[in-house]
Amino acid sequence: MNAAKMRYSGWALLREGLAGQTGWSPAWHDRDPAPRYDVVIIGGGGHGLATAYYLARTHGITNVAVLEKGWIGGGNTGRNTTIIRSNYFYPESAALYDLSVRLYEGLSRELNYNIMFSQRGMIEVAHSEAELEMMCRGANAMRINGVDIEILDRDEVLRLAPLLNGDLNCRWPVLGGMIQRRAGVARHDAVAWGYARAADSRGVHIIQNCEVTGFEIERGRVVAIETSRGRIAADRFGMAVAGHSSVLAGMAGFALPLQSYTLQAMVSEPVKPCLEVVVASSSHGAYVSQSDKGELVMGGNLDRCPSYAQRGNFPVTQSVVSSLVEMFPSFATLKLMRQWGGIVDTSPDNSPILGPSPVEGLYLNCGWGTGGFKAIPAGGTLFAHILATGRHHPISAPFDLARFASGATIDEAHAGVAH
Amino acid sequence: MQHFPCPWCGNRAEVEFRYAGDAGVQRPTRTADDAAWAQYVHFRRNAKGAAKELWVHSGGCGRWFALSRDTVTHTITGSEPVA
Repeated sequence: MNAAKMRYSGWALLREGLAGQTGWSPAWHDRDPAPRYDVVIIGGGGHGLATAYYLARTHGITNVAVLEKGWIGGGNTGRNTTIIRSNYFYPESAALYDLSVRLYEGLSRELNYNIMFSQRGMIEVAHSEAELEMMCRGANAMRINGVDIEILDRDEVLRLAPLLNGDLNCRWPVLGGMIQRRAGVARHDAVAWGYARAADSRGVHIIQNCEVTGFEIERGRVVAIETSRGRIAADRFGMAVAGHSSVLAGMAGFALPLQSYTLQAMVSEPVKPCLEVVVASSSHGAYVSQSDKGELVMGGNLDRCPSYAQRGNFPVTQSVVSSLVEMFPSFATLKLMRQWGGIVDTSPDNSPILGPSPVEGLYLNCGWGTGGFKAIPAGGTLFAHILATGRHHPISAPFDLARFASGATIDEAHAGVAH
Repeated sequence: MQHFPCPWCGNRAEVEFRYAGDAGVQRPTRTADDAAWAQYVHFRRNAKGAAKELWVHSGGCGRWFALSRDTVTHTITGSEPVA
């Protein structure tokens, strides 16, 4: 058994407890950039780190660097509300997101790092007969896609989430819902750190505080990048930078069909366990789950205008909180403890963009919009395949940039409230 | 609550306005190819920093205007009617 695998054993905990916690070694190395790599991945969030890991594990490509302008997992990976689900309408999306759920199911074991994936189930609540009918249509499509979805009646929804407003005379009464029982939440920082440790132990360089400032393009091909820590050459470059994808694409001389928005989230003060499932409502435009610490983790729709400010505007904060209080009247007594925002890259069809860019040697992993966290293991697997082979994986092929000119978009606009 | 300057109504609460896309996007000619149409329909500058945007005062006079806004600081530097 190698040292990395021994690191967090019960024996190691006991030994370090007695030794005053002085013998731990870093989980991964903070490297200086080398002048050249086989593959350079720009962006040290979940997708970038997972891509590096699968390049090393699946494809045996270990001369890889992950560049991060801040600290790893400090962008949207550390700012999202950690929901994992695959309840998507189109077969292409179900194949992508369900691959991700399946990979998440085995990830703690694969990385030997507890990502605390809790498959507690997620309910979407229906508040009108019309909404329930549309929900049944969606649920049928998802079941045909092989995703575990069940329609619930009103009593079943209220039994699973007893604090939901059960009054039939309120603005949005609970009439039923649908549940994906394999959906749930995970520890976002652990996903970033688990992939970082596993990639690092296979020889990947994780380079922080390294911002890309320009591309060196020769005859239509990227040969190197300029960074705040010097020039770095590589055979292939992958970008996985979420809300800043358009900025990076602009440096390389092309535009993307993306618009960057702030997506905000917030938590209440911690309370004892009171909500066992994740609950979302498209009518209210809000969703909530309870963290292991007891905080209620809340989110809602995008902010009202494009933004690169990682904070969020007050009108949306207000709308999320007022929706949650309408859904769960007892939450009105709780204090809001923290609120924050991340910059998400929304695409016209609410589906990601994976594959080659208009510049040879530069590949895209972007457009995940509000749902990137749930897709990290699949995004990493597919992007590693693309970077290693130069070709699409069957699951990534429909998500190529070319779909915007061909018209074969995968319109997941119905996907509902942003989570 | 941020206030936006409507060229006709003056400073009003941001919730009265609706964002409607980049200002100055040029519609291609009928004979343009798919790539040009895709650029027009889907591809955006998505500026970090100074941007010029189309807004409509949907909860007020209902008129359209161009707003100069910084997407990092949210500072507004100008507002003008559009033809």
